[in-house]
Amino acid sequence: MKRLCVVAMLLAICQSMIAAQHAATTSTAPKPHASAATPDGTKALPRFRFENFTTTNGLPDDHVYSVLVDGGRIWAGTDNGLGVYENGKWKTIGTKDGLAHRAVLSLALDKRTGDIWAGTMAGLSRISGGRIDTFTQLNSGLSNDVVYGVSVEGENVWVATAAGACRFDLHTGQWALYNERNTPMEEIWVYGVSATPSKVYYAVWGSGVLEYDQKTKVWDKYEDPDGENEMVLFKDQGLIHEITTSVSYVDNVLWVATYFGNSRYDGRYWHNFLTKDSGLPSNFTNVVKGVNGNRAWFGTDKGLAYFDGTNWAVYRPSLTTGKPEMTVRDAQGHVSEIAVATAPAHNYILNIDFQGNDIWVATAKGLSHGILQR
Amino acid sequence: MIGFLQRCWVGQVAAGVIAVSLMCGWIWKSQTVRAAVDRTGDVFTYASPIELIVSSDGKRLYVLCQGSDEVRVLDAASYAEIKRIPIGHVPRGFSLSPDGKQIFVANSWDDTISVIDASSLEVVATWAVGAEPSSVQEDRKGKHLFVADRISNDVAVLNAQTGEEEERLAAGRGASYISPSPDGRKLYVTHVYPNSTAHRTAPESEITVIDAARAVVAERIPLRGIAHGFHVAWSSDGRLGVVAELHPKNLIPLAHLEHGGAFADTLTLFGADIGIEPVEVPLDELERYAARPFGVAIAPDKSRIFVTDSGSENVTVIDVPRLLRFVHAHHGPLAQDLSASANYVVARIAVGHDPRGVAFTHDGDSLLVANRLDDTISVIDARSNKAAATIALDGPKEISILRHGEQTFYTARYSFQGQIGCANCHIDSTFDGLQWDLEPDGFGRDIVDNKMLEDIKDIAPYKWNGGNPNLPTECGPRTEKYFWRSENYDDLTLTDLVSYLRSLPPRPNRWRQADGELTPAQERGKTIFERSTDKFGNPIVETNRCIYCHSGPKGTNRKIFDVGTRKATDNSGLLKAPQLTNIAITGPYLHDGSAATLEQIWTVFNPDDKHGRTNDLTKDELNDLIEYLRTR
Repeated sequence: MKRLCVVAMLLAICQSMIAAQHAATTSTAPKPHASAATPDGTKALPRFRFENFTTTNGLPDDHVYSVLVDGGRIWAGTDNGLGVYENGKWKTIGTKDGLAHRAVLSLALDKRTGDIWAGTMAGLSRISGGRIDTFTQLNSGLSNDVVYGVSVEGENVWVATAAGACRFDLHTGQWALYNERNTPMEEIWVYGVSATPSKVYYAVWGSGVLEYDQKTKVWDKYEDPDGENEMVLFKDQGLIHEITTSVSYVDNVLWVATYFGNSRYDGRYWHNFLTKDSGLPSNFTNVVKGVNGNRAWFGTDKGLAYFDGTNWAVYRPSLTTGKPEMTVRDAQGHVSEIAVATAPAHNYILNIDFQGNDIWVATAKGLSHGILQR
Repeated sequence: MIGFLQRCWVGQVAAGVIAVSLMCGWIWKSQTVRAAVDRTGDVFTYASPIELIVSSDGKRLYVLCQGSDEVRVLDAASYAEIKRIPIGHVPRGFSLSPDGKQIFVANSWDDTISVIDASSLEVVATWAVGAEPSSVQEDRKGKHLFVADRISNDVAVLNAQTGEEEERLAAGRGASYISPSPDGRKLYVTHVYPNSTAHRTAPESEITVIDAARAVVAERIPLRGIAHGFHVAWSSDGRLGVVAELHPKNLIPLAHLEHGGAFADTLTLFGADIGIEPVEVPLDELERYAARPFGVAIAPDKSRIFVTDSGSENVTVIDVPRLLRFVHAHHGPLAQDLSASANYVVARIAVGHDPRGVAFTHDGDSLLVANRLDDTISVIDARSNKAAATIALDGPKEISILRHGEQTFYTARYSFQGQIGCANCHIDSTFDGLQWDLEPDGFGRDIVDNKMLEDIKDIAPYKWNGGNPNLPTECGPRTEKYFWRSENYDDLTLTDLVSYLRSLPPRPNRWRQADGELTPAQERGKTIFERSTDKFGNPIVETNRCIYCHSGPKGTNRKIFDVGTRKATDNSGLLKAPQLTNIAITGPYLHDGSAATLEQIWTVFNPDDKHGRTNDLTKDELNDLIEYLRTR
């Protein structure tokens, strides 16, 4: 039954993605009630000027799965190679250079060594000083070649794959696999990972969130208390949904994205975010990235959203006109529009990273650089 | 009794023979092939000096003695011994801190760094590092200590004050030697084993360039065609970098040694004097080879480059201006050109057995050379390019059987024109990570991966197909005919060589825990290794169990099997079960090296379960099996 549900959800996702590609004409999302004045609480919400990159200005491919800020260098995992933006120019790394596959789904930086880890559709690649080493399920202990997520913490590389999670110990070379046999994971389609010195979280598609305590080496699991029921019976009782897509653990707060809303967990209380009671433009969320315990960015199929702990902002091409749009929502639910001249390249947001006060956004139709406006 | 006229006749004939021999290039044989010297069965501890450093003030000479596990401190003027400082086991590299106050030693079999106070000459700290530290270098600011780890293939970055490891940088395979640029901003790391490349493609190594201030890999200079890199030296102006290296010719059949048929002994030049692309230049000439270049130094005035040729037992001297003119005038691949070196090699100076590390005296007038297997230091007049003196280190003067066997192993003198020695393919008595097409099985047939030599006592028969019944056969007539292409050892020398090989112990296994216990994953893997039924409860026939073929302490029952790995180029699929000793470090795997990793043995090359019953295993179970194998 659960697998049927998963299949159904897959179909729903595909439909959603297709819909997103034609958002300007097909979306039925309700337009926010625009107020005449900007609520005071939303004035501090960041304004950006978005510079967008596509194949026309050097990006390897318009479909960008992942983005990573590495100091002044930007890495963009696209459907057709890994783009590197440096000194105003794009360079493409592809399979001919040793990359495991052209489609780069996830990226992580080893902050100590400067190495880049790229999760692809056919293995995990390490880019180190220009050399690319590739780990696959055939030549290494990697659990599966489809690498949805990767995160580096200390001497371990934590990996989320289509057939379980795993950890690669850079010192010993040992691969440890985590799946239904040795963790509370019920499904093994692992979509995202966030590793920190204290905890490691996995977003397991259809199986909630898996937590690994680095100190006790014990696994725990967070599930939707409503089970497989798609209705939210008890808000804030727990994780919003089993079908998780992304996790971000920062300042001891866990942010979780699902296809049916988002959650924040501070270790004691859950708080969930849905379109009906927050500023989220869509419950269908591909990625969440916490700035800290109170602030986070959400990448949905209907735009980029920011939550500052009270207020919300949404940045996107208008769902109806395609013109740049920024809407803000205060704690009372008052929504207003901010006049903007630019927006992210597309409203289907796949990944987010920060560069100081700037933001980089991977979308289905290009990579966007949000430059904070003072 | 031979009369006067007869004596004259004999003398004329002898002179004629010598003349003919000279013309044929054979005379070197009578000069270099020596019968077994007098040697004793006693076992001695030799100093075996491998690296040298002259102190900052020029008053002391530090000698790293690999055989006696010590740093010897000599007076740099008189060469009188001042002190012996005990350090860790099998030290391989050492360096002076930039301020000259400390000496850091990499103890390769202890996995430690010894820190020596240069004034008290005492070890003041011992720090743990990665697997098989082989070289160590402190950055100019004294913030970090960089350690090249040969087995873990990385460079450990330690806090230079506490020894605490902060990170490890991914290096190439067999990371072994670190040399700083003259300004200390970059560190250049070379590797004794080739990086992994596609099966039967040209080997490739690299120079890993580390940004010393940021402690990150800044770039990698590819060394295409190079399998083994050794020391790097820089000119004092920082414009010319040189790496000593071995360029194997393992993709073509090893049909002969004429014209450098097996190896090119080369340098790669890089830096501003060379341009964007590094240039590889040969050291060999048509009948004079610089077998296994190892140590390298550039004269302070940048006039000459000195290279120790450990197999040829000499030092090659290169005129730098002539070298640079040649390089800029000749484009294209030069490594195979045996006429090239005559344009820039100005001397070849005979030194002792297995010359390794070099150092200039403080005034730059003399080059000191550590002759590892002689326990001597050659002093070369760097102006006249002539050997000025040989300093004998204190120690046993007798040559033991094992010592003589080791000298035999490392010298190139027994091969045709002195081109190669055992150590060409068995780097530091190990392996080379390459596959070779040898003649005995037919050219283009039976491509074989080179095997590790350690712990090979009592595992006969030898060769992948078990074709050689014992080591004397393996090392004697086979080597004479198919490798040396020359006269072979006399019986006693062969015996000594075999005795040396049989004495080689396995290096410490880095995957075993200190207490000898297995980790949970290793324990699970051991259960799989020893199982007699598969996961479905079906019995596994005895001959298809891991533990059957790979039985005993060395992991071989020494029998011949067909495990389904025969390739189109193989004459037979029958192979001897190889030993498992330190198998974690000896990749690639299978008889022809077609499995790049242990995983591929079963994920790619065992479709029919002939190489053990493994296709019932899940991925995590296979990982467990491999974790156990790494402990062997």
